[in-house]
Amino acid sequence: MEKIVLPEIENFHQLDVYIQNGGYEAAKSAFTQTTDQIIDTVKKSGLRGRGGAAFSAGLKWSFMPKNNDKPKYLCVNGDESEPGSFKDRQILERNPHQLIEGAIIACYAIGAKSAYIYVRGEYHKWIKLLQKALDDAYDKGFVGEKMKETFATDFFCNIYIHKGAGAYICGEESSLMNSIEGQRGYPRVKPPFPAQNGLWGNPTTINNVETITNIPPIIKKGWEWFSAIGEPKHPGTILFGVSGHVNNPGVFELPSGTLLTEIIYKYAGGVIGDKKIKCVIPGGSSMPPLRGDQLEGVKMDAESLKAVGSAIGTGGIMVMDEDTDLVRVLARIAKFYYHESCGQCTPCREGTGWMLKILNRLVRGEGTSKDLDLLVTIAKNIEGNTICALGDAAAWPVKFMIERFREEFEAIVKDEVSLEPKNKVHSMRHTANPIAPVQV
Amino acid sequence: MEFKFSEENLQKIEQILKKYPTKQAAVMPVLYIAQEQHGWISNEVMVETASILEMNEEDVFGVVTFYTMYHKKEMGKYHIQVCTNVSCMLRGGYQIYDAVKEKLGLDNGDVSNDKKFSLEEVECMGSCGTAPMIAVNEDYFENLDKEKALQILDSLN
Repeated sequence: MEKIVLPEIENFHQLDVYIQNGGYEAAKSAFTQTTDQIIDTVKKSGLRGRGGAAFSAGLKWSFMPKNNDKPKYLCVNGDESEPGSFKDRQILERNPHQLIEGAIIACYAIGAKSAYIYVRGEYHKWIKLLQKALDDAYDKGFVGEKMKETFATDFFCNIYIHKGAGAYICGEESSLMNSIEGQRGYPRVKPPFPAQNGLWGNPTTINNVETITNIPPIIKKGWEWFSAIGEPKHPGTILFGVSGHVNNPGVFELPSGTLLTEIIYKYAGGVIGDKKIKCVIPGGSSMPPLRGDQLEGVKMDAESLKAVGSAIGTGGIMVMDEDTDLVRVLARIAKFYYHESCGQCTPCREGTGWMLKILNRLVRGEGTSKDLDLLVTIAKNIEGNTICALGDAAAWPVKFMIERFREEFEAIVKDEVSLEPKNKVHSMRHTANPIAPVQV
Repeated sequence: MEFKFSEENLQKIEQILKKYPTKQAAVMPVLYIAQEQHGWISNEVMVETASILEMNEEDVFGVVTFYTMYHKKEMGKYHIQVCTNVSCMLRGGYQIYDAVKEKLGLDNGDVSNDKKFSLEEVECMGSCGTAPMIAVNEDYFENLDKEKALQILDSLN
């Protein structure tokens, strides 16, 4: 199987090795085409965003206004903070020049003079590696004003790295832009969408690191080649990051539509101790979990996962064996979203805290069966009621975990609501059971 | 205590400002430089940053308090970060966290009296495939177990 994003070539991260293997030729060829031709090629290739939403990359580019004097921007999203996702770091380490080349082509296609690659702050090491690659590319005249000579074109662009500082929410595109602007990373209300009103109020496109890294091969080999790989509706390869209870965790680049069971058993070496699988989260912690008995025949692409009630997300596959305490796992996931909620929208700010409190109560063995319904009610009241998708991301694991593993949760809860004196104060439990008599 | 950027760092800031069309956009990288120089982000650091970037002080404060990687107090020489998120948790992240807590006698966010260690329970660091992990300042240590994690602590002087 051909690797598109992470070729197995020694020292591919070094500029000379990259050039020896045809590096920066895609950019050269891009500058002989019109921007419409490039956008059309990317559209026809069927490339879909690898950051979670799986939106058509070419279509996104085509939203950028054409006859507009405002400066335009490209943001490359390498915030990679979704628990279970660790693929972009592989690209930064092993293939930074293809990312840079992809960013150059994207800038040309959308007419951007500046690109910001936003990398999460914890990736100190990988930021240094990317900076080294970027400095080399500048030195050789592949980026910056010298591009004009190198590629014999009128166009040039600059690429900068912006280092995050430990906020999951900055992976959300509008929050990422606020962060680059030097503000708190609060998501913005949409519309207006970034293509109209993005960085500093100017037209902006935001693409994931993996998406952009796919661009040079598409330009070089054509959309027909790319669209024939994997599932027709979600073509190309995907970086699957497998973690949890497997013998050989890691990132595997495989065609979209590869069977989930094949990824787990063939590539990730199967489950530790040959245990059964209780639960798999297929796309990073925000995505609805699947039961162990649901996995047979599930293909890993956006459409197939949607059909079984989950989503591709970032392709971070978390495997949990039969002995896993899912109540604790869910409580940990809830803790994450409580910590990362930016606090702008009430349902998410308050709801994530309530869900965490209740789940911790369950973990302590003090939960009641009504708590389970209460959790689902809270989750449903967050979902769809927030500015950004973090609300949904916090709600889905709770809603679907309880729905799909209800017996696990029922096994540890008590049936009756305790009306001991501690219940007299106004608390959430009152809200849940408004008819409970309060004895004075 | 007054805070001023060193000459060298002022030059770095000059370079950073060239990357952005507004001065405010440089606030995150400038705060990183300040943190490197001063160790943490004090009120004085925020005042000086605001003055250099022509920002409101409260906006700088807003940024500092939003992002977890800016330290709002003096941290230890070795800032120990232990990931306990799901992928690490499934492979023993909490055993490591509990062992580190016990060994250092610190709780989440604490700094030791001699200022040698500080401890933070962190969210996913992107080491899921090499879990569990700890980070010491900027360096990742991966594929750990309890013993290896404690050995790393022992090796820090």
